[in-house]
Amino acid sequence: MADTLTPVLTADWADEQSWKLATYERNGGYRALRTALRMAPDDIITAVKDSGLRGRGGAGFPTGMKWGFIPQDNPNPKYLVVNADESEPGTCKDIPLMMASPHTLVEGVVISSFAIRANRAFIYIRGEVVHVVRRVQAAVAEAYAAGHLGRNIHGSGYDLDVVVHAGAGAYICGEETALLEGLEGRRGQPRLRPPFPAVAGLYASPTVINNVESIASVPSIVGNGAEWFASMGTEKSKGFGIFSLSGHVANPGQYEAPLGVTLRTLIDLAGGVRHGHELKFWTPGGSSTPILTAEHLDVPLDFEAVAGAGSMLGTRALQIFDETTCVVRSVLRWTEFYKHESCGKCTPCREGTYWLVQVLTKLENGTGQEKDLGVLLDQCDNILGRAFCALGDGATSPITSSIEYFRDEYLQHLTNGGCPFDPVASTLFAAEGAR
Amino acid sequence: MTSAEIEKTDLVTLTIDGVQISVPAGTLVIRAAEQIGVQVPRFCDHPLLDPVGACRQCLVDVPDAGNGRPMPKPQASCTIPVAEGMVVNTQATSQVADKAQHGIMEFLLINHPLDCPMCDKGGECPLQNQAMSNGYGESRFSASGGVKRTFPKPINISAQILLDRERCILCARCTRFSEQIAGDPFIEMVERGALQQVGIYEKEPFESYFSGNTIQICPVGALTSADYRFRSRPYDLVSTPSIAEHDACGAAVRVDHRRGRVMRRLSGDDPDVNEEWITDKDRFAFWYLFGDDRLSYPQIREDGELRPASWPEAFAVAARGLADAGAVGVLPGGRLTAEDAFAYSTFARVALGTNDVDFRARPHSQEEADFLAAEVVLRTDDNGGPTYADLEAANSVILVGLEPEDEAGSIFLRLRKANSKRRTRIWSVAPYATNGLHKMGGTLIPARPGAEASVVNGLTHDTDVELDSASVILVGERMATSPGALTAVARLARTSGAKLAWVPRRAGDRGAVETGCLPNLLPGGRPVTDASARVDAATAWGVAGLPDRPGRDADAIIAAVGSGDLGGLVVGGVDPDDTADPAAFRAALDAAKFVVALELRQTDVTRVADVVFPVAPVTDKPGTFVNWEGRAREFPAVFVNPNALPDARVLAGVAEELSALGQGAALGFRTSGEAHARMVEMGPWDGERTSLPEPAASSSSAVVGGDGEVALATWKLLLDNGTMQDGEKYLRATARTPVCRVSAAVAQTLGAMVTLEGDRGSVTLPVEVTDDLADDVVWVPANSTGNGVLADLASPGSGVRLKGADQ
Repeated sequence: MADTLTPVLTADWADEQSWKLATYERNGGYRALRTALRMAPDDIITAVKDSGLRGRGGAGFPTGMKWGFIPQDNPNPKYLVVNADESEPGTCKDIPLMMASPHTLVEGVVISSFAIRANRAFIYIRGEVVHVVRRVQAAVAEAYAAGHLGRNIHGSGYDLDVVVHAGAGAYICGEETALLEGLEGRRGQPRLRPPFPAVAGLYASPTVINNVESIASVPSIVGNGAEWFASMGTEKSKGFGIFSLSGHVANPGQYEAPLGVTLRTLIDLAGGVRHGHELKFWTPGGSSTPILTAEHLDVPLDFEAVAGAGSMLGTRALQIFDETTCVVRSVLRWTEFYKHESCGKCTPCREGTYWLVQVLTKLENGTGQEKDLGVLLDQCDNILGRAFCALGDGATSPITSSIEYFRDEYLQHLTNGGCPFDPVASTLFAAEGAR
Repeated sequence: MTSAEIEKTDLVTLTIDGVQISVPAGTLVIRAAEQIGVQVPRFCDHPLLDPVGACRQCLVDVPDAGNGRPMPKPQASCTIPVAEGMVVNTQATSQVADKAQHGIMEFLLINHPLDCPMCDKGGECPLQNQAMSNGYGESRFSASGGVKRTFPKPINISAQILLDRERCILCARCTRFSEQIAGDPFIEMVERGALQQVGIYEKEPFESYFSGNTIQICPVGALTSADYRFRSRPYDLVSTPSIAEHDACGAAVRVDHRRGRVMRRLSGDDPDVNEEWITDKDRFAFWYLFGDDRLSYPQIREDGELRPASWPEAFAVAARGLADAGAVGVLPGGRLTAEDAFAYSTFARVALGTNDVDFRARPHSQEEADFLAAEVVLRTDDNGGPTYADLEAANSVILVGLEPEDEAGSIFLRLRKANSKRRTRIWSVAPYATNGLHKMGGTLIPARPGAEASVVNGLTHDTDVELDSASVILVGERMATSPGALTAVARLARTSGAKLAWVPRRAGDRGAVETGCLPNLLPGGRPVTDASARVDAATAWGVAGLPDRPGRDADAIIAAVGSGDLGGLVVGGVDPDDTADPAAFRAALDAAKFVVALELRQTDVTRVADVVFPVAPVTDKPGTFVNWEGRAREFPAVFVNPNALPDARVLAGVAEELSALGQGAALGFRTSGEAHARMVEMGPWDGERTSLPEPAASSSSAVVGGDGEVALATWKLLLDNGTMQDGEKYLRATARTPVCRVSAAVAQTLGAMVTLEGDRGSVTLPVEVTDDLADDVVWVPANSTGNGVLADLASPGSGVRLKGADQ
């Protein structure tokens, strides 16, 4: 069973001082960089295209194709921006990766920048995780000292400077154009597209924005070949990815496996659902992806199959909830998050999340009415696809999916005159067998 | 290719609600829909602002994006350009679009206070209107006990502008206007989610001459003015289109009034002139009309005191007085309508038989009169004069002695637009680079006051400054007293092929030039020195002949009164402190045997005049302002007010009495309409115009210096102590703090405050270091302190001494 795991990005996480350059190089780090610097940049783009790597930030856009959109005849400088603003509820893959193995990211940044012919790259890290900012800063400094960054890298004539930027703590800055606004020193609010960042991104110049895990996957593709990468995963979702299991499992954590692995396998790897309990519902890719239930345990976790099950693979943030959890309460919590994080630019997201919280609160407290469920669904219909960016869309996912699967539980709150669950029972400190 | 062909190839054909339409490429769907008569509801969209797509009210369904594929979700029609073969279904034909719009409207209203009954915007509110047309009748939010987000009621974002955050729907029109149009990004969105709000900076006030436009484009009642808040209901108001009287831009305004009072003024929509923007002065400065000092009946002086008189008595007394006083000079001032200016011009020639008439109640020169006759009068779009459109399309623009942000707001906005949209290069010949110049992306060509001529002459050899037929040169009023400057500018225009315009400060200045309120010009640009022009004018007026020598200019009129060569004065709207030498002007008023004043309000002129006629303000008469382009801007009367007659009617009355006494003839018209008809009938002069004489060998050695004196540079700020801004304390509170600008080196010797000493007095002001100001130049605002620089300090361009105020 353990051989379903394919530790590549996470391979060295358990090593002594895994974040140090020496450790990384001892394990073969920065070899791919030397290979890459001898390649033609377009060949690297082709290799990434051939590998079938799709964006690991959630949307799954083919990475190589994104790089190919950069107009090389544009006289402006090209930029690589790494989206390390990991804020999606449940998602915990980029931050552990940057903590445990920041050089995997840095090496990926150099190769990717070389491929798109950028001489300046930015790593935009969520501001709250100061420890991660420090660690990536230290890794970048080490890489400069070792000649992996700076002028004339390893005699190739290629120059690259990397800027580590700490965000100011807004979920919206995970949206790529809002991130660019933030990076330019403005308020984090999404930009109107077109123009797309590939044409006019950072400082109105051609810009590639990739997720941490996407960039960190690049050295292994260059080092081992596109076929090696493409041999893993499923037909349209190739390669491996980090699956972050959290919540009611025995051993929560990051499990790196080929795309297409099932939750059943992953829960087994994680030691099963919390002892004495059973799976009630789960998110495949963070709170912005519609929830799934135990009937979806055998859905292959790749982009197509999860979409087929009515959800999205997203960031592979598998939050596991057992039967002690009140779905209404969970959805309310998430919705409160979206209300708090809505940037305010567009009406449906700003006003919609504000209203959703009020309706959900009443339902959770048992003071709502059955018709409120209809109102909720109608509000979600008025937000989904009407908002300026995907934040608003994501806010509706937990609501519509939870009503689909747990409508009775919502109604139970009304007949019960309040939440029928003991919130303590779902906590980790609850006594074994609490209901 | 003909232009029609080019146009044709640029057209894109699409189908909206089943109707096929062809529109220019790049047109936004929301505007293409307007052309088939479908109004898609919208808030953040504004045709003069960049698309933002924030409010999402204008969602439409796009079943075919032009590539055969449908757009998966409703699209904001204010952000997507049309595409060939595109199919769009608006709320008129699409359930999806209609529901999406209703949904957005419902969201917009949940946190809106719905206090329409007490809101200034109620009755003319896009939110109110579109909630009725595209929203639900019932609120599910309040029906289910929803709790609105609340804020304390209005907060000041400037002295004039109030923000009610509860009403705000966060469309960002105001912040985008301030950033994109005015260039004063002092308001910005702060906070996020439902708490997002328009905010100001802690230490940077919302200091913008155009701030009132944000109120007008606010689609809800979130922005109101301290001046108009709670004053009236839109449906109680009567609207009359008019033209702004505060500068020479000719900006279209809308006067909203109720029962004989102006309640507010809004910008008109005139794409050729001011687009949809006006300055705060045009918007808020109308309370001077209603001050306690407004004159409402004629007065005559008897035993040293003014007493009320009937109109016929006053006409008779004025005529007798003028007839007895001997030779009379006429000073009409620069604020008249063209019709009234024509009346003064006619009155001087026909009734008084003199060319001693000059509208320039400000520092002026013979060179300026020659320049106006040779280069300005009759110059319009039709014969090579520049227009606003030319400014926008120009490759480069040179400003000489003109500060558009202070002196001509519409020009400022148009130049800023040209620079930001088309990268038009802008240069300014001025003592320092003002903030306004920075906002226009302009470059300074430094010139000490009085030395502009040599700087302008040097431009011919400046390789950086490229001038061609797609360039425009704008020269400001203050160049009148800079020796040789106007001549140099005219020469530069001739040699480069650039279009040239003179931009005066007052609304009536250009009209006064056109109607001959100058000692060297008759109406229609007829030169006094041209015999056939005189015959032409005399025939039109029906008089035997006209004086054949140019008359005295305003300075000479003042001097001649002092010396006794002139006995009488007819004075229009002249503020003594605006004149080149206020003390001399006052002395002349005292020395004159007989003074007839035509005024709106009590002034230092009416206080000493022998006959005082109240005249109609712009609201009480129809008229025409001729703007800097030479464009005639006609406007109707807003009110019918029998108490105040137009200047033309008063002068006609006096002229009729004079002719009864055997002097001169009647004017031939009485009303503004008749004056206008006579003016049109007389028409423009089609003969030779005078050419600009070369100035006497450069007298620029008169530049001051030595003895620790520095040259005084000055002009009026948009908002200052001008009497037409009286009565509006909120507007006045948004005026810039007066400062004295000096170079860094000079500032070091001064301390925080400086006292300027000139030959007419001294002024003390805070010191502000200004980088590119020369060490021997100092700048102060012309009318922001005391009685103004001309009365209290010295003549512009002359030498003043600086002293640290605490030294």
